[in-house]
Amino acid sequence: MEKLLQVNNLSVSFDTYGGEVQAVRGVSFDVHKGETLAIVGESGSGKSVTTKALMRLIPQPPGRIKEGEILFEDKDLAKLSEKQMEKIRGKDISMIFQDPMTSLNPTMKIGNQIMEGLIKHQKMGRAQAKKRAIELMELVGLPDAANRVDQYPHQFSGGQRQRVVVAIALACNPKLLIADEPTTALDVTIQAQILELMKDIQKKTDSSIIFITHDLGVVANVADRVAVMYAGKIVEIGTVDEIFYNPKHPYTWGLLGSMPSLDSADEDLYAIPGTPPDLIAPPKGDAFAARNDYAMKIDFEQQPPMFKVSDTHYAATWLLHEHAPDVEPPATIQRRMQGFAQEAELKTKGDRS
Amino acid sequence: MSREKLVEIKNLKQHFKTGRHSVVKAVDGLTFDIYKGETFGLVGESGCGKSTTGRTIIRLYDATDGEVIFNGTNVHDKKNKADLKQFNREMQMIFQDPYASLNPRMKVEDIIAEGLDIHGLVKTKEARKKRVHDLLETVGLNKEHANRYPHEFSGGQRQRIGIARALAVDPSFIIADEPISALDVSIQAQVVNLLKKLQRENDLTYLFIAHDLSMVKYISDRIGVMYFGKLVELADADDLYKNPMHPYTKSLLSAIPLPDPDYERNRVREEYDPSQHDTSEEPEFREIGPDHWVLCTTKEYEHYKKEYVSV
Repeated sequence: MEKLLQVNNLSVSFDTYGGEVQAVRGVSFDVHKGETLAIVGESGSGKSVTTKALMRLIPQPPGRIKEGEILFEDKDLAKLSEKQMEKIRGKDISMIFQDPMTSLNPTMKIGNQIMEGLIKHQKMGRAQAKKRAIELMELVGLPDAANRVDQYPHQFSGGQRQRVVVAIALACNPKLLIADEPTTALDVTIQAQILELMKDIQKKTDSSIIFITHDLGVVANVADRVAVMYAGKIVEIGTVDEIFYNPKHPYTWGLLGSMPSLDSADEDLYAIPGTPPDLIAPPKGDAFAARNDYAMKIDFEQQPPMFKVSDTHYAATWLLHEHAPDVEPPATIQRRMQGFAQEAELKTKGDRS
Repeated sequence: MSREKLVEIKNLKQHFKTGRHSVVKAVDGLTFDIYKGETFGLVGESGCGKSTTGRTIIRLYDATDGEVIFNGTNVHDKKNKADLKQFNREMQMIFQDPYASLNPRMKVEDIIAEGLDIHGLVKTKEARKKRVHDLLETVGLNKEHANRYPHEFSGGQRQRIGIARALAVDPSFIIADEPISALDVSIQAQVVNLLKKLQRENDLTYLFIAHDLSMVKYISDRIGVMYFGKLVELADADDLYKNPMHPYTKSLLSAIPLPDPDYERNRVREEYDPSQHDTSEEPEFREIGPDHWVLCTTKEYEHYKKEYVSV
């Protein structure tokens, strides 16, 4: 598949009075054309900072992109000037923010907010832009668009406002859409509608989506591939099936185990003990070691490299090293893996016949 | 489980005046019981009145109408101070936002011991300190934390402090209003495991209010589903998930994404259309199967009953 975006060894830091906070520490990943990549992790794991860096929305100072490349259609976004970046932002790459209550301008009519990008990037006249704005509102499922285009954000409900935000993001047919927890502030039924809307539009426009969330249910629903972040690093990346049915990193085990499945009624949840590390002074070895029941001596001394599990699946844990002892994942994870092993077996058998 | 009623809620109503002529009926005629030792889950979307229900039960609001009978007496009838004090000891609350529900100017020790002081449960300074340290250990913190202020803690730790505060006066009933919604996934599991452990050890009864249905299913014995101030369905947790009867419950359950890609690929969402209901009469809360209640009219009742028997 064609690569739309290539991020190489990206590091982002914030200078504070307490010292340098290394929010993102050497992250590399690709986004292919037309796919949805989900980035999951706890708050503070660096998932939002990573995507804000792609959009060059890190406030500078205190933040700065320390090193790394962001290759988007052969241009390195990390090196563009603010002027050049303005031409890409909102046109080729656009963003949906978490909170529809605060990401719209309360003093501007909805229509004008959607038209802004059209007038700036596509050089449309006002009348034409308004017509397109009404079309976009219909596309995202807002009823009575012709009248509501002249209303203000407070006249819309939370779910409707998020639809408006989606309409703004889609206005210039972006090649890459970054959605930063777009449904976290919404109720489940509204969430389901917005997710369906995004998938539907992706099918029509063939755009790529980076989807940030901490809700693994949403990930299972939208993602083609998943990157798991912890303490500013990607600790595991793979296809959605590989991450959910054949996870290799103990942190991924913890995340999956801490959500109840519908048949895990009586046993205790598998909770990750402790709290994430302080990124002013990140630990020397594997950042997860202190919370990891499976940690070995080397985890406290050396950072594990990305070990290859399959062509699409990589994980940064010493457990995958050839000399590492075999460990038994938690029971809930073993149940997940069973299905995967059987399926893989079926597939290989199928190949032979 | 012994089926002794701890809390009986009868036709509870909570209406708020929002203007000279407009009234918001946040809670509109709720009737349900909570049994001793169980966890009763209350779910619904934002604005359905689930938090208002919790706050009215614990008398943070005065009910517009109806009764809350706790241990045989009506909560909203208690007028004299001594009765109220006793009631406040028995029923405690854990709040949603661990950042807003702890006084930033008080030390953790004083936050936890406030109830002890008010109710005169500790006689000496040493006893007070000892009790606070014990409580901190119960919720998985340590005694060094007693002299710190709330801002020095993470969200999960603060929620533990909130739990320790609720436990301080030895309550029998705790209302937990979205106690984990503001926390990260891995921390949510820690707090849920803690709540379960405390329930086993201290014989507690919980009213667990939440919108995260998979967590509610996991922690609750019985679940009530609310929609616009009314209960539309009430059943055993397993029964409700396996055999949802009311169309709103069905739509709510079909909207939850689960961490299972195979399931997600096949999940079909059902839309809820309130106009599909039979409007020939006012719907009532009726029992369609053992301990399975649905808000319905007589006509719908027959229909649900048949459908329920068939599954």
